[in-house]
Amino acid sequence: MSAGRWSAGVIPYAEMGYWRPDYRPKDSDVLAAFRITPQPGVPPEEAGAAVAGESSTATWTVVWTDRLTSYENYQAKCYRVEAVPGSEGQFIASIAYDLDLFEEGSIANLTSSIIGNVFGFKALRALRLEDMRIPPHYVKTFQGPAHGIVMEREYLGKFGRPLLGATVKPKLGLSARNYGRVVYEALRGGLDFTKDDENINSQPFMRWRDRFLYCMEGVNRAVAATGEVKGHYLNVTAATMEDMYERAEFARDLGSVIVMIDLTVGYTAIQSMARWARANGMLLHLHRAGHSTYTRQKTHGVSFRVIAKWMRLAGVDHIHAGTVVGKLEGDPHSVAGFYDTLRLDRIAADPVKGLYFDQDWASMPGTMPVASGGIHAGQMHQLLHHLGEDVVLQFGGGTIGHPMGIAAGAAANRVALEAMIKARNEGRDFLAEGPDILRAAARHSRELEVALSTWGDVTFSYESTDTPDVVETHVSL
Amino acid sequence: MRVTQGTFSHLPDLTDDEIAAQVAYALERGWPCSVEFTDDPHPRNAYWEMWGLPMFDLADPAGVLYEVNECRRAYPGHYVRVNAYDAGYGRQTTALQFIVQRPAVEPGFRLDREETSDRRVRYRIHPYALDRPQGERYT
Repeated sequence: MSAGRWSAGVIPYAEMGYWRPDYRPKDSDVLAAFRITPQPGVPPEEAGAAVAGESSTATWTVVWTDRLTSYENYQAKCYRVEAVPGSEGQFIASIAYDLDLFEEGSIANLTSSIIGNVFGFKALRALRLEDMRIPPHYVKTFQGPAHGIVMEREYLGKFGRPLLGATVKPKLGLSARNYGRVVYEALRGGLDFTKDDENINSQPFMRWRDRFLYCMEGVNRAVAATGEVKGHYLNVTAATMEDMYERAEFARDLGSVIVMIDLTVGYTAIQSMARWARANGMLLHLHRAGHSTYTRQKTHGVSFRVIAKWMRLAGVDHIHAGTVVGKLEGDPHSVAGFYDTLRLDRIAADPVKGLYFDQDWASMPGTMPVASGGIHAGQMHQLLHHLGEDVVLQFGGGTIGHPMGIAAGAAANRVALEAMIKARNEGRDFLAEGPDILRAAARHSRELEVALSTWGDVTFSYESTDTPDVVETHVSL
Repeated sequence: MRVTQGTFSHLPDLTDDEIAAQVAYALERGWPCSVEFTDDPHPRNAYWEMWGLPMFDLADPAGVLYEVNECRRAYPGHYVRVNAYDAGYGRQTTALQFIVQRPAVEPGFRLDREETSDRRVRYRIHPYALDRPQGERYT
């Protein structure tokens, strides 16, 4: 490195060692892929180097105190910058971070580094964290899911099919007693879970303690009516950790199998609750409230595949991850990438799914993805095709809005699901024959027949904003 | 009532051909099948009695169906289920589980409530069948 590197003043990041096209990432490096949109006149390599610099050791000017450190270790290295085909002005910058930069087992520390300051950096018009490779060396310092998919299934005694859930509606305004009625009806009709919505915490119309009491009456009534383990995601999201622990402990003492938190509580609170959930034998459901503020736009923010990765490390058992066919944002290939990230142990880079890196989870249990928002029984074949078996399918309106009542809505969903699994296992082309399979199942289920005639044709066909850059040439969906 | 444990309890009871088709699906994936029976359908009763060992080296669904029918013959008033087991790395758990026989009458479960302090209730799920000794329930 030239002596000029240490002259006082401002020199380009690329010349300070943050642009290293010769660098070969180590197996233990944390890798990040950023989509950068430099300001006019800023070379992409300099922009990539600036991101590496600002997310590791650099500040805006030369500091002599760098020379008191083995700075080459601590500098992040932008080792590749590639133009995004078809998107002028956008580049993918690949950056390697030495493992020493991060505290063991801390999402807060990891994110303070990687997305801490750099997103407001003026030399960039926009910046998006597309993906990260978390090396096994770092994965192993995190607790991971309190239980994971396999343990959850054994705990519930439910195998070979997706789980079914519903969010109690209306989200706001029901009294505790009325709310518990919805829980009871939906669970006795055939769902495995019901759920508080993200903004149900402890409001004047329904305080948390009253809700918990009535919900558990509903849950236990439904267990007795069906002989199955059932649960209601009791949302313990609150203003302080002390409040959350109080509510979670109350849920535990009432015999609930699961509690719930919102992404809005923050990474540290999520990790605390994951630790609590493992210590107390409770499943932990995470609602991704707020994520679309930074995950949806393709040029700026953080991709949901990164959030999914962080949340599996942080230790949640469930996370909402998209439906493909429902009312909320979700390109099929991107959603497949999210689901792979949450469920598989080793994942190969796949540009079609938006996966930039290989990821080895080193046997960390999987997080169960949850599909929720505008889905109904008539889409069962598509849901099974896109989302597979380890998923919670949540039909809120599609259960509670059933003309014959909530239990009938639940039964319709369960019959549709079981019929589709049975047909798939029998070797039928369930995606193509889905409507026929459902109509045949409806011959012995009036509930399903009515559900199909009510919602059979409802679809949400809008263009996705968050899509991978690479498109498969022969798309068969 | 109808105990709805297992993958297909909301459908009409499976015929022997339908059971064989599900077994064939499991065997094609390398999942050995086993048969279990019980007269205690409590949802937390994980350990139904094993009708022999899992059939690890069996390739023909007819063999599993034979054992299902032998178990049915020996325990006509019990619940009988078929399990398929996935020993794959990272999985190592049951992959599919469905009931293939149930008692003619399923009395179900009583929900006992113990009222404790502060409006809290402790719940207990009690299968009515458990009021009689093992082997004499559902007769």
